[in-house]
Amino acid sequence: MLVKLVTDVDLNEAYSYLQHPGAGGIDLFVGTVRNHAQGKEVVKLVFEAYAPMALKEMQKLAQAAQQQWPIEKLVMLHAVGEKLVGEPVVIIGVASAHRDVAFTACRFLIDELKKTVPIWKKEYYQDNSVWVNAHP
Amino acid sequence: MELLLFGITREIVGGSTLTVAPEEPLQTVGQLKAWLAQKYPAMQKLSSLAVAVDSEYADDDQPLRSGQEVALIPPVSGG
Repeated sequence: MLVKLVTDVDLNEAYSYLQHPGAGGIDLFVGTVRNHAQGKEVVKLVFEAYAPMALKEMQKLAQAAQQQWPIEKLVMLHAVGEKLVGEPVVIIGVASAHRDVAFTACRFLIDELKKTVPIWKKEYYQDNSVWVNAHP
Repeated sequence: MELLLFGITREIVGGSTLTVAPEEPLQTVGQLKAWLAQKYPAMQKLSSLAVAVDSEYADDDQPLRSGQEVALIPPVSGG
């Protein structure tokens, strides 16, 4: 598995890593910065991580996926720092013999990453900024 | 004990670490959370607040010992 926190996520790096002769399907999810949230225009996002724990939690998810499904290769890359509208911030990739596993495992990994991995994003609008999910 | 702070907890406290005096009677994660809620009322308004001990999520009854790395984990929002 390839699990990293990086300044810029690299789609080519992820796709290259996912190459495997036993794979019949490669699924890639790319999360990007959207230009709006809660009816407001988003200017940028800033990501912060508790790096050692974030990597540990990402590795746990990768291991859980590998135990549950027959996965040939798995990638989880997450960016930290400032990201502008349209830029990629997270890449999840799974290579497997068949597409069902690739789709399912990819979805599991991004959904669980959002729940447990200690990474935080602050959304900047024209007039203010908020930590996403901080308040009910 | 020195707490590591991230995201909104860093802004509430006004720094990336918070030193807790050794005379504070904080023996468990739950006691630490109660102490924080009293000292920083803004923390009570968060959707959730977890504590990590040595970079693992910790239950409220987990004991705190010197030498551990303790971090506050406000609601995560990666991805």
